[in-house]
Amino acid sequence: MNRIDKLFHSGKKNILSVYFTAGYPEVDSTAGIINSLVRAGVDMIEIGIPFSDPLADGPVIQKSSSNALKNGMSLRLLFHQLESIRSSVNIPLLLMGYLNPVLKFGMENFCRSCSVTGIDGIILPDLPPEIYTEQYREIFRKYGLYNILLISPSTEAERIRLIDSITDGFIYMVSSSSVTGVKQGFNDEQKAYFERVAGMNLTHPLMIGFGISSNETFAEACRYANGAIVGSAFIKMLEKEGYSDENIKKFVKDLKKE
Amino acid sequence: MRYNVDGKGFYGEFGGAFIPEMLYANIRELQENYLRIIESEDFRKEFKYFLKNYAGRPSPLYFARRLSEHYGTQIYLKREDLNHTGAHKINNTIGQILIAKRLGKTRIIAETGAGQHGVATATVCALMGLKCVVYMGKLDVERQAPNVLRMRMLGAEVIPVESGNMTLKDATNEAIRDWISNPADTYYLIGSVVGPHPYPDLVSRLQSVISEELIFQLQEHVGRNYPDFIIACVGGGSNAAGSFYHYLDNHDVKLVAVEAAGKGIGTGMTAATITEGTPGIIHGSRTILMQNDDGQITEPYSISAGLDYPGIGPQLAWLGKTGRVKFEYATDDEALEAAFRLMRFEGIIPALEPAHALAALGKIKFSENDIVVVILSGRGDKDMASYIKYLENRSCKTPVNINM
Repeated sequence: MNRIDKLFHSGKKNILSVYFTAGYPEVDSTAGIINSLVRAGVDMIEIGIPFSDPLADGPVIQKSSSNALKNGMSLRLLFHQLESIRSSVNIPLLLMGYLNPVLKFGMENFCRSCSVTGIDGIILPDLPPEIYTEQYREIFRKYGLYNILLISPSTEAERIRLIDSITDGFIYMVSSSSVTGVKQGFNDEQKAYFERVAGMNLTHPLMIGFGISSNETFAEACRYANGAIVGSAFIKMLEKEGYSDENIKKFVKDLKKE
Repeated sequence: MRYNVDGKGFYGEFGGAFIPEMLYANIRELQENYLRIIESEDFRKEFKYFLKNYAGRPSPLYFARRLSEHYGTQIYLKREDLNHTGAHKINNTIGQILIAKRLGKTRIIAETGAGQHGVATATVCALMGLKCVVYMGKLDVERQAPNVLRMRMLGAEVIPVESGNMTLKDATNEAIRDWISNPADTYYLIGSVVGPHPYPDLVSRLQSVISEELIFQLQEHVGRNYPDFIIACVGGGSNAAGSFYHYLDNHDVKLVAVEAAGKGIGTGMTAATITEGTPGIIHGSRTILMQNDDGQITEPYSISAGLDYPGIGPQLAWLGKTGRVKFEYATDDEALEAAFRLMRFEGIIPALEPAHALAALGKIKFSENDIVVVILSGRGDKDMASYIKYLENRSCKTPVNINM
């Protein structure tokens, strides 16, 4: 069973997934941060593939991405860094990024490398579901790789059902009409959207992302979904405090405290 | 061969709408409505009205006698430089602002590089009384101060973009981010035949007024409604797409697109996307683009700020691949020489962008009776600093040698 399914089938609530950009703050900090996050007790990790033109990301992730590229980060190097990650890590690991670097690497090559490394799922926001099913789903299946699709507040009910029928593992529910790391706190309109989707009885679990920056927003998101994803807030912490085991432990503990 | 967009938004393998879900509803709205709107009687009437009475169309087709003698062929200049705001850009912004109004949008956003599209957008927003926000790379804001002032005088808010390389591609990213964040009231008025479907088709249809006019103007001038050659410069490619549009299926017309080679092919300082680029995704479209081995998009270079886009419209990528359009390139120096030649032979100061199209005249073998149309897509006011610098560097106190 895919580790993502195992996590959601375990009945665990308030699932915490943390996103960070590979190669940031330092080119070889990637594996260390993953291990620290595991020790700190996160349930899932999304490893960002840096890209020159991250058009769904706000300033924090943009900056981490361009710094990672300046550090010399690349997809090739990332797979190399993750070669032995599965000897110490058992939680689901996902790669998240934009389509162009993946296409340049070669989709089949990419999926094969993910499978060899022990990556469980992929999130590519600029790969539309229609193109995915037509051109790439077979390759993903061949390597047992999950493709996680997004919905946003402007996604209509019929399309949410379509996405639910195509996505693997869970649905990435974008909390607001915004790029990453910009908004703080949820307004009534967003809560109504969370309720609407939660009430649809979809076949896949829901993870809320974008704008989850504090203990309060994490707890609030978990009221409507199986869990939530924290990205910009974590990267901001890395930038300010550094990536020591202790800092990461404290960050996760603060997020999860009841 | 099919040269126009198919039912799924593709030109062969190029095009499509590679956008995050947050933009899906907006793009869908445009996909479902753009053809209905631009084919409606009411839109066509209003579009025509503003093209004629506001932009000053039809733009003249002018027989360049002395230039023709120089090259030993029959050269006609399509004078897009005489349009209001000084380039072909206004054709597109008038059309899209009328679409935005029909979609009930109240806030217009745009990206701009050199500022020409930004000025053309600010102009039509003033005309229609709509709020206008223009994203412009911080480096371009510094390099193109007069156009920044123009936009602000016209009432637009110009936002300097400090992400990435702080140029056109980053301004485009930022405009897209704004659209993600303001999906309800905002219309993204894109400046070229780039971006997700339907923009490439939409913009080429609006710019196709150029080839529509060529049909009757050539009939008048030469007694035949098509030329032997059409030569246009390409960055994103909107003036080329518009001037090729009605001739795509007429294979007697040779279509030539001229890219900016900057310091030269192979120097790493170029914007010649088709010549040096590889397939990939940029700004929501699958096309040819400048990127490194890791799929990171690289910064192009050209002396002409309107041609240094790292991608190219997906239709032009397809027309290049099928061989329907032949791609040439011209370096900074070749373009400058061609610009001065036009000044001295015809009394016209062209923008640096069409100077690249003019430079291609020296690279193609014409026969004496060939009818050659060059699209003069803009005028040279904005490029005075580059021209003056060129003269100073050549330490030319005497008139430039036009036979160089």
